[in-house]
Amino acid sequence: MLNIKNLHVKLEDEDKQILKGVDLTVPAGEVHAIMGPNGSGKSTLSYVLSGRDGYEVTEGEASLYDHDLLDMEPEERAAAGLFLAFQYPVEIPGVGNLTFLRTAVNAQRKARGEEELSSGEFLKVVREKAKALQIDAEMLKRPVNVGFSGGEKKRNEILQMAMLEPKMCILDETDSGLDVDAMRLVAEGVNALRSPERSFLVITHYQRLLNHIKPDVVHIMSNGRIIKTGGPELALEVEKNGYGDLLAEVG
Amino acid sequence: MADTAILAAQTPAAKARPAGTALEARLAELDLPKGGFTAAARTDAAARLNAMGLPGKRDEYWRYTDPAAFNDPVAQPLAFTSRQSTLFDDIEQLKLVFVDGRFDAAASDALEGEGLEVSTLAAADASGDHWASDLYGKLETAGQNPVKRPFAVLNTLAANDGVLIRVTGKVSRPVHILYRREAEDADVIIRHVIRLEEGSELTLLETGGIAARSNVAIEVEVNKEARFHHIASKRADDAKIGIAHIFARVGEGALFKSFTLSVNGSMMRNEGVIEILGDDAVAHIAAAVLGDGTEGRFHHDDTVFITHAAERCESRQVFKKVLKNGADGIFQGKILVKPGAQKTDGYQISQGLLLDEGSQFLAKPELEIYADDVKCSHGSTTGALDETAMFYLRSRGVPKEQAVVLLVLSFLADALEEIEDDRLRGDILTRLDEWLTSRASA
Repeated sequence: MLNIKNLHVKLEDEDKQILKGVDLTVPAGEVHAIMGPNGSGKSTLSYVLSGRDGYEVTEGEASLYDHDLLDMEPEERAAAGLFLAFQYPVEIPGVGNLTFLRTAVNAQRKARGEEELSSGEFLKVVREKAKALQIDAEMLKRPVNVGFSGGEKKRNEILQMAMLEPKMCILDETDSGLDVDAMRLVAEGVNALRSPERSFLVITHYQRLLNHIKPDVVHIMSNGRIIKTGGPELALEVEKNGYGDLLAEVG
Repeated sequence: MADTAILAAQTPAAKARPAGTALEARLAELDLPKGGFTAAARTDAAARLNAMGLPGKRDEYWRYTDPAAFNDPVAQPLAFTSRQSTLFDDIEQLKLVFVDGRFDAAASDALEGEGLEVSTLAAADASGDHWASDLYGKLETAGQNPVKRPFAVLNTLAANDGVLIRVTGKVSRPVHILYRREAEDADVIIRHVIRLEEGSELTLLETGGIAARSNVAIEVEVNKEARFHHIASKRADDAKIGIAHIFARVGEGALFKSFTLSVNGSMMRNEGVIEILGDDAVAHIAAAVLGDGTEGRFHHDDTVFITHAAERCESRQVFKKVLKNGADGIFQGKILVKPGAQKTDGYQISQGLLLDEGSQFLAKPELEIYADDVKCSHGSTTGALDETAMFYLRSRGVPKEQAVVLLVLSFLADALEEIEDDRLRGDILTRLDEWLTSRASA
């Protein structure tokens, strides 16, 4: 499970505090959603947890099971079971999607002291998982995310998630740029990965994604803190009334 | 006096003696062949070189590369750390081996093949008559205008050996020129002359360590609807100091493609001089360069001049250099579109990827256009590794060193794409990947 205590984060190059004491626990097998207005610190939280440069933790801690996340390199966090689905997946020209996937899968296996997958084993697994996400052989061969539509990019993120089998998945605005059908497909992919051993943290502006990926717990984030936590009904309330009432209530 | 002092400080190579005697000193160390069929071309080259002199840093096209290492009368010896090149070993080929710049018949395949007429320069030059006399020194001479290329003239004057290939059919088996070194102080001058007759096809491969110092020139005439592919790989300590020229003349509907991979070295200059003379022709020239200054100096210069003198032709220059530890990458690329060369499609891209702050990439793109219905574009960028892409790869569990390798390969991809043959490109990629991975932590 993911455990965040009193996390304070500022930008490395600027004197700007983004997270001002985040407390959050996501137990194994649960799906938690974080909603909040623009600039509340949702994406920063996902970047800090996965180890992106440019942020400085000034106080607090974050752990995934018995790993102290904040002390680890991004690749170590990944091998420990953390996965971030990007809001804007990165295009990498000249590197085939399959090469990339296999490099990532085997790097993680190696880091965990497991045997690397042979080419044949890997292909068998990837084809199976790609099929469920309607990713065809052509898309697997193409350079990573190059020329992919918005929907294809997000499906590719979910394919990576499926191949890497993380314990903790963070989805950063996975619904952005998706039409209704693409969103359903992505949500189905995510739901297929739900298991008692795997947790999800779904970051989103809108309630609509949560119609497809049903959360156990919803958190509202504002100004660098989680200001309210509730059940799925909290998301519906936001959808109906906006964030204004909630922010006023907390004051 | 003050001016002289500044000049001397800027050009240490030139200060010892005036240009005339520098050339004399350079020529004095050479074993100049008299030549048979090349005799007239060599005499002409001697006169042209005397008039031209050796270049200095004040010459427009030598501003970013100090010619001193090429001007020195004697080459600095180069110790061996190298093994034989195994690149393209598994591909069926006609192998021609050169040891210290001289053809080694025993190590080579027989000089024959369907659609091919092959001889060596040293052997053929014993006689006064050869088909290559139409080309030897001719393309080089044509390539001297408007930019002087003294080391190519020197090559015409002093080349001791090389191959002469006349292609009359579609040759599927590549001709592989494999260089090997034996003497640590070898200083070699090699000339290859190639003629592709109408509708013929040839792939020429060049690999291996040439010498401590090398001067290689290729003259290639690609006649109507012929197709010529050239892939050269210059590895690690293969050519510490080397200058290479490729002079091409491309005819109607013909195709010329040249790709060079350079991995280290210390002072390299590759010049491509391509003249498109027939309508509807295609000429591409590309390079992927990896330079690491840790083992001493790394300086790599690509200087290209493409002339469009016909209609509806396409030219493409793709140059990518990955530089670290104080490495210098240079690109000077020009597209000249002559009057009447309408519907020209000219493209040029040069990019430097700097893996640290001590390295530099200098680019000088030039377009000169005298026709009004053409499409010419050029671009040049210099930058570091993309941090977002690095984070993306690492967030998937790819360790930092391996992520750098992937992003370097990604950066070079456009240049590698210029190799049409999948197997040849695959071999180059595998070799690159191995090299990068083995040095990922350096």
